[in-house]
Amino acid sequence: MKTPDMDNDTLIPVELFCTTCHVETTLIDSLEESGLVQITVVQSRRFIAPEQMGQLEKMVRMHEDLGINVPGLEAIHHMLERMESLKDEMTQLRNRLRRFSDEG
Amino acid sequence: MATDYYKVLGIDRKATIEEIKKAYRKLARKHHPDLNPNDKGAEQKFKEINEANEVLSDPESRKKYDKYGDQWKHADQIEQAQREQASAGGGGFGGGQSFGGFGGGGSHFEGDQDFGDIFGSMFGGARGRQARFKGTDLQAELQLDLRDAAITTPRTLTVNGKQIRLTIPAGVENGQTIRIKGHGGPGMNGGPAGDLLISFSIAADPIFKREGKDLYVNFDLDLYTAVLGGEIMVDTLDGKVKVPVKAETQNGTVVRLKGKGFPVYKKDGSFGDLFVTYTVKVPTNLTAQQKELFQQLAKS
Repeated sequence: MKTPDMDNDTLIPVELFCTTCHVETTLIDSLEESGLVQITVVQSRRFIAPEQMGQLEKMVRMHEDLGINVPGLEAIHHMLERMESLKDEMTQLRNRLRRFSDEG
Repeated sequence: MATDYYKVLGIDRKATIEEIKKAYRKLARKHHPDLNPNDKGAEQKFKEINEANEVLSDPESRKKYDKYGDQWKHADQIEQAQREQASAGGGGFGGGQSFGGFGGGGSHFEGDQDFGDIFGSMFGGARGRQARFKGTDLQAELQLDLRDAAITTPRTLTVNGKQIRLTIPAGVENGQTIRIKGHGGPGMNGGPAGDLLISFSIAADPIFKREGKDLYVNFDLDLYTAVLGGEIMVDTLDGKVKVPVKAETQNGTVVRLKGKGFPVYKKDGSFGDLFVTYTVKVPTNLTAQQKELFQQLAKS
């Protein structure tokens, strides 16, 4: 949870998000608790910052579409991060290998 | 070609709502785009699964689909036409038969007209949820040669008929992907547009080999310079530079030219090194006099 000095116009109230997406506020609480999304608090009101929207929508989609609970989402999040890092490592190794191969 | 939604979900035509939901979830967990980032195949498969689920999990749509196959969306018009024909005494439409021979236990549809999109939302698995969704990310590949990748250059790309101007920072890696926000597919239900992911494919250079920020080059060093020392001109990305060679340099010696390598990505003024490997070349076609001189050397 963070409390930055932000322009309220750019923030989306948590209740509005929940109403629009038909999700329970408890889901947002759990996602915040697990560190999967960050909620911004301004004058005791809870908001979602625009840069968090992508991540939040992704989590809600997986929860709603696939029936994955929050611990499952956490595990998936870590696996996807790991996959991304392995992909980067593979690219680096491939480029290193390229130096020793005939193609250049 | 029509799609058999029952086949897509791998279920029997008599499947219950629960069985449909279970089959959908099982397949969606495997092919969901959020679990398979940048996988076009998975995205396409998920669209099919989602479409099948949208139709079959709604009893009304399912009933129409069972009767009219892929033309189920036009069920009302078809039935209206049938009623009009019947009241006019005509007998043109024979139940569902004229609309593609969609037999009860049959596994394929014959109608080849595509009445298009029946799913309004790619990710809208949960019925009744009208969430805003970000559009799909588009992918493009940009081919550069090594020398292009060493300079920050403005480029104009045409993606889906739209021109996108972007600046490619010097030092991009082969296989690296950069994300251009908001230049992907349009959002759904008022959601933001997706992103454009550009992957770089950097062609091999005939002279230099690259490893990260460092460059490698081979240099054929003549025997006399290797033995006696001297100066040589070595190719770099900025042109030739003068390099002193120590006397008695061995074949395979590597020298490092500091800061003459590749620019470091997004670090202005920072460069890697250039490693020069010497291959000492033994002279050929020696004259008799030269051979004698070598013989004298060999005896000394």
